[in-house]
Amino acid sequence: MHELGITRSIVAIAAESAGGLRVKRVIVAIGELSGIDADAVRFCFDICAKGTVVESAKLEIERVPGRGRCAACELEAALTTPYGACAACNAPLRVIGGEELKVKAMEVDDVRDMRV
Amino acid sequence: MCVTCGCSSDDVRISGGAHAGEHEHVLPDGTVVRHAHHEHAHAHSHDHAHSGDHDHDHDHDHDHSHGHGHGHGHGHGEEPADRGRGIVELEAEILAKNDLTAAQNRGWLGVRGIVCVNLMSAPGAGKTTLLARLIREAGVPVSVIEGDQETENDARRIREAGAPAIQINTGKGCHLEANMIATGLRELAPKPGSLVVVENVGNLVCPALFDLGETARVVILSVTEGEDKPLKYPHMFRVADLVLLSKVDLLPHLAFDKAACIANVRKVAPRAQILELSATTGAGMTALVAWLTSLRTRLEADRTA
Repeated sequence: MHELGITRSIVAIAAESAGGLRVKRVIVAIGELSGIDADAVRFCFDICAKGTVVESAKLEIERVPGRGRCAACELEAALTTPYGACAACNAPLRVIGGEELKVKAMEVDDVRDMRV
Repeated sequence: MCVTCGCSSDDVRISGGAHAGEHEHVLPDGTVVRHAHHEHAHAHSHDHAHSGDHDHDHDHDHDHSHGHGHGHGHGHGEEPADRGRGIVELEAEILAKNDLTAAQNRGWLGVRGIVCVNLMSAPGAGKTTLLARLIREAGVPVSVIEGDQETENDARRIREAGAPAIQINTGKGCHLEANMIATGLRELAPKPGSLVVVENVGNLVCPALFDLGETARVVILSVTEGEDKPLKYPHMFRVADLVLLSKVDLLPHLAFDKAACIANVRKVAPRAQILELSATTGAGMTALVAWLTSLRTRLEADRTA
């Protein structure tokens, strides 16, 4: 259950950047190949946010689809596993998308008063 | 200071390559904020396709050059007017804190010429048995950081084999993180030029995600497990620098398809080295020690470069 630690980090990043303001919404990107279960993050979020300025914030998760590029012929393809072979030349695909694990943005009460 | 945004922190790290422009600020309380500044120069090229029976060709290319100055709100009190809704763009890597500590560990180890191996496997693949043997045969002093949810049993086994060891009990945690290694290294105080082995929590899922600052990652797959383990746990195997196929002395007694297993490792981790090993008979130990020595050579080359 590394999602608990990941969710704690999400809450910490939002809370530390909020400068004491209440956070209304947190937008994160979780790649399909990141090894992180988005549902588990959703499950942990409210518990982790409790007692912080992130409490009762809405969590929005953007899933980033997996994508690979052939090391030999540069052909790109969709990936559902963090590995794959090129359909054209059978060389290994390098993962170029879907490993994202980011807090992209958040919405706070009033940003103009914000200071860190 | 960040030259792009003028953020006032001194601890700015600019990472190159694909993420050029992405950097981290360490806030006074140790918080790591990672973000990127994008200078978008969009060249829009509109190609108008005309339907209907035109008999004349005309090409008109509109080349707009927009210089977008994106002001990202990083909490420095300089929000553009259109951010009134309270949206703060962060672009913060969730694992940034761990990755920064890992980088610090890597630096700490590097300047001391200490090779650090992150040893990972499922429970029972033979990590501790291999270590007990490696301690005698490595040719350099070995010290060990043991990660387990509970008990000090493994650290005791390592000490009995003659090496200093510290035990980190993660409790409910399923993996080791970089800060635990930082603490472990301080307590262990390994000699310059020695070998540190981190025996991660027996788990093929979570440890894959956390950079500890190690020199290399070794994943053990014992032949008593299935040939398809690499396909079942691709996140773990794809980060391996070396895959050790262990307990090969048992092969005559098993229906294990070694060729299929190796093909599966290749599929997931095309660049990983593969070595066959038995900690019981000692088969493959020489090759393992040679591989570890090659890590040392590379580390030394990096130091003098």
